[in-house]
Amino acid sequence: MNNQGRPTAVAGMAETAPATISGDRGLDHEEGLIFELGRDGMTGVDLPQTQVSESRLGGQRRKGAIGLPGLSEPEVVRHYVRLSRMNYAIDSGLYPLGSCTMKHNPRLNEKMARLPGFADIHPLQPQKTVQGALALISELMRWLTTLTGMHSVAMSPKAGAHGELCGLLAIRAAMEARGEDRKRILVPESAHGTNPATAALAGFTVEEVPATSGGHVDADALEAKLGPDVAAIMLTNPNTCGLFEPRVLEMANAVRKAGAYFYCDGANFNAIAGRVRPGDLGVDAMHINLHKTFSTPHGGGGPGAGPVVFSKALAPFAPLPLLIHDDAGFRYIENREDLETGSPFGRMCAFHGQMGMFVRALAYMLSHGADGVRQASEDAVLSANYILASLKDVMSAPFPGPCMHEALFDDSFLDGTGVTTLDFAKAMIDEGYHPMTMYFPLVVHGAMLIEPTESESKESLDRFIHVLRVLAGEAKAGNRARFDGAPRFAPRRRLDETRAARKPILRWTQKTPVADAAE
Amino acid sequence: MRYLPLTPADRAQMLAKIGVPDIDALFAGVPKEAIVSRAKFDLPDTQSEMDVERAMARMASRNVTAGSVPFFCGAGAYRHHVPASVDHLIQRSEFLTSYTPYQPEIAQGTLQYLYEFQTQVALLTGMEVANASMYDGSTATAEAVLMAQRLTRRPKAILSGGLHPHYAQTIENLAALQGTVTRAPVTPGSAEDIAALIDDQTACVVVQSPDVFGLIRNLRPVAEAAHAKGALLIAVVTEVVSLGLLEPPGTQGADIVAAEGQSIGNGLNFGGPYVGLFATREKYLRQMPGRLSGETVDAEGRRGYVLTLSTREQHIRREKATSNICTNSGLCCLAFTIHLSLLGEEGFTRLARLNHARASALADRLAAIPGVDLVTPSFFNEFTVRLPQPAAAVVDQLANWGILAGVPASRLLPRDEAAENLLIVAVTETVTDDDCADLAAALKKVLA
Repeated sequence: MNNQGRPTAVAGMAETAPATISGDRGLDHEEGLIFELGRDGMTGVDLPQTQVSESRLGGQRRKGAIGLPGLSEPEVVRHYVRLSRMNYAIDSGLYPLGSCTMKHNPRLNEKMARLPGFADIHPLQPQKTVQGALALISELMRWLTTLTGMHSVAMSPKAGAHGELCGLLAIRAAMEARGEDRKRILVPESAHGTNPATAALAGFTVEEVPATSGGHVDADALEAKLGPDVAAIMLTNPNTCGLFEPRVLEMANAVRKAGAYFYCDGANFNAIAGRVRPGDLGVDAMHINLHKTFSTPHGGGGPGAGPVVFSKALAPFAPLPLLIHDDAGFRYIENREDLETGSPFGRMCAFHGQMGMFVRALAYMLSHGADGVRQASEDAVLSANYILASLKDVMSAPFPGPCMHEALFDDSFLDGTGVTTLDFAKAMIDEGYHPMTMYFPLVVHGAMLIEPTESESKESLDRFIHVLRVLAGEAKAGNRARFDGAPRFAPRRRLDETRAARKPILRWTQKTPVADAAE
Repeated sequence: MRYLPLTPADRAQMLAKIGVPDIDALFAGVPKEAIVSRAKFDLPDTQSEMDVERAMARMASRNVTAGSVPFFCGAGAYRHHVPASVDHLIQRSEFLTSYTPYQPEIAQGTLQYLYEFQTQVALLTGMEVANASMYDGSTATAEAVLMAQRLTRRPKAILSGGLHPHYAQTIENLAALQGTVTRAPVTPGSAEDIAALIDDQTACVVVQSPDVFGLIRNLRPVAEAAHAKGALLIAVVTEVVSLGLLEPPGTQGADIVAAEGQSIGNGLNFGGPYVGLFATREKYLRQMPGRLSGETVDAEGRRGYVLTLSTREQHIRREKATSNICTNSGLCCLAFTIHLSLLGEEGFTRLARLNHARASALADRLAAIPGVDLVTPSFFNEFTVRLPQPAAAVVDQLANWGILAGVPASRLLPRDEAAENLLIVAVTETVTDDDCADLAAALKKVLA
C-alpha cells in the first residue's frame, strides 16, 4: 500500500460516532429475514427442469405456490454468516450456564461424525452392511455401562427429557409385570422442570419432596412419603444446588424397601464421571446427556442424545431396538416378533437413535480415556469450587462449600441495591460473558447457577472472577450505571418478552409490521 | 490431555485458594463407599487425535455407504444431495457451540433462524403456525396425538394402515397412557375406509401421505369425516420433498401436520439426528408442544426475536406442561433452513419434480420385469413392488452384489404374509440412470 499522504495518527478520533448511514456498525451488520431478500426465479442449487406427468400423483398435484424466496448461493451464505455473528458461543467465550455443561466441543468429533461410513448409511439397510456402525454403538454402550456401573443401556432416546420418559416407561412396565399399579412419583422441588413434566407424560401423579435448609433433598420427608402407591423417585445427583446428596444410599435403600425404583437425572454426571458409579448408589435408571458430559455440541438447542442406563431389575423392560452380538456378528432386534427374551415396553422413536451423537461421544471418550474422563470431572469440580471460594465474600452463597461442578449463589447480596439477578446477568453480557443460569433452581431466591466446566484455563477463570467481583461491588455501592438498561454492547438491547407473548408473531408474512409501525 | 487447560501448578494454586489439601477433599460430600478407584474401570487411557481417528476410521470402513453403491433405501429416511455450504455454515462455532437462546440479546442468530424455520415449515405444510422443531418425525407425530387428546378431551387415536410402523409404535408407547390407539388394517397400495372407524370418542385420525409404501393418499375425505365427528386430522409426511409437488396437508383440512425434515439439509446418519416438523392452526397454538421463536422489539425499538409462550413449557409449567421436551433439534433445523433457502421456490419444486420423474422411470422399468408388479398406483419418489418371492432374501442377495435395493416391507411388518414379498424402493436425485440399470439387471437375474 502506498502510505504517501495517508494520515496514520489517530489523535482526535475518539469522539462519539454519529449514527451510520447503512444502519450497520463496522463488523456488526443488521440483517433482514431471508424472506425479505431474494427474488422470484433465483435459486442457489442447480437442478434440471423436468417434465412431470400427472398420472401417478393421485390427483394431488400442488396448485398454489409455496412462497419461498429465491437466492443465489453467495447471498444465502452471507445471510447465515451474518446471523451467526449475533450469537454467543463456547468457542468465543466462557459459557457458565449451570445444568447445561457447556464444555469444549472437540472438532475431531465433528470430523469423525462426517466419515461417510457413519454419516452416509441408512438405518434400514441390511444389518450385515453396517457391522462397523453397530460395533461403534456396542463400544459406546460398553463405555456408558462401565462408567456408570450399570447393567445395560438403551440407546434410542433422543435427548435428556426423552431419556427420562424412557426410564419411567421401563419402571411402569416393571410395575405392570409385578401386577402393581402404582401411581405416584416423588420429585424434589429442586428438580429440573423436565422431571415433573415427564412423570405427568408417563401417566403418573407428581408429589414434591422439600429441600432441607442445607440444599439437600429432605431424606426424612422422602421416606415419610414412600408407600405402596409410590412407583419411583426422580432424583438429580449431584443435585441442582450443585451438591452431592449425602444421604443418597439411605434414600435408595428406603426406596427399594418400599418396592419403588430410583430414577436418577444424569444431567450432572460431569461432576462424578470416572469417580462415582451411579450403579453403586442404588440407581435403577439414569439418562446420560451426551451433549453435556460427553461433549457433543449443543447446536443452539440440540440435537442431543439421552441414552438410559438400567439396573438388572429394569433391564428386561428396555425399549426396542435391542443390540445383540453373536457368532453372526452384531444385530439389532427391531420387532417384538423377533424377541427371544425380555419384555421391552415399546419403541421410543423411529430407527435406532442419534448415531451422529454416538460417534461424537465415543470420539470424546476415546480421546480422554478413562483417566481423562476422571480428570475432566475433577477439574470441573475444582473450577466450580475455585469460583465459589473466590466470590463467596462478595456474592451470597446459600450453602457452604465444597460444591460439585456448579457454584450456586442467591440474590441476597443484591438486597437493597435495586439490582436484580436479571440486571446482574445482563451486565455480564456487556462484559463479554454469557450469563449463568438464572432463577433456577427454584429453592433459592434469585438463583445464579455457575457451571464453568473443565474447559477453562485458570487465567480465564481469574478474569471472570475479577469481573464478577467488580460488578458485585458496584451493585452494592449503589452504582447502577452498568446494570440499568444493560446490555448495551450486544446486537440487541433488552427485548420485550411481554409484547412477544401478548400478541404472538411466530412467522413472517407479507404483512408482518415493521417494528416501529406496530402499536 | 489436550482438552484440559489446567496445569498441575494451576490446580495446586486453586486448591490453596479453596483451602483444601487435595481434590479428594472436594468430594468429601460423597459417601466413602461410593468413591471408586481408577482401577475399577476396564477402559483404555487417553489417546492422541491421530490414534482415535485411526480406530474410528477402521469401524467406519466396515460399513457399506450409500454413496458407494446403487442405493434405493427410504421408508422414512432419504438420501438427498446436501450442498456443501450447508455443512460449512452449520459448523460455524457461533451456531454449533451455542445453546438454547435463553439470553436473546446474544442469541439473535439462533432466534432468527428458528423464526425463519418456523415460517418455512408453515409455508411448506400450508399451516398457520409451526414450532422450532421436535426430535424427529416419529416423536413429532406422537406429540401431535397427545395434543389432539388434550384439545378434544377424547381418548381414542386411529392410525392409518399406511402409517410407518415405527411411527405407530412410537405413538402407541405414549398415547396409550392417556387413551387408546387403534391401527387400521395394512392395505399396501390401496385406499382404506378409515372414516368408518371414527366415532364420538375419537380424538384424532393419523394419516401419512405419501404413506410407508409410497402411496399418495387423499386427505380431504378423511378430514371431512373426522371433523364431522369432532375429531382432528393429523397428517404425517416422512418425505418432505414431496411438498414441492403435492398439495400440502394444510389445504386438505389437516389440523396438525407432523413431518420428518431430514430430507432437507440432513444426511442419513444411520437414523439420527433428524428434525421433526410440527405445524398446526393458530387456534390450537396454546396446546402446541415445543419451543417457539417470536418477533418483538428491543429497548431501542429494533426488531428482534425471543423464545415465547414458554408458559406451555416444562421449565415454567412443570407437570402441567404441554410436553416434557427441552433440547430439540436446533442444528438440524438450521441445516434444513439453509438448504431450503438455497433451493428457494424454484429449486425446491425442481427437486421435487426430478425425484418424481426418476422414481416413475424406475417403477416402469422394474414393473417390466416378469413377476414384478407395481403395488402403488400413485407415488412421489418411493414406490412398492411385489416380487414373486420374499423380498428380504432378494435384498440380501443384491447387497452381496453391491446393490442396496430398498427396504423389504417385512423389516417393518414382520410375520405379515401380505408384506413378505413387498419391496419399498426410493429414488431421489442422487440415483443415476446407471444405478437404475444395475438394479433392474440384478433383480432380473435374482428372480430368474
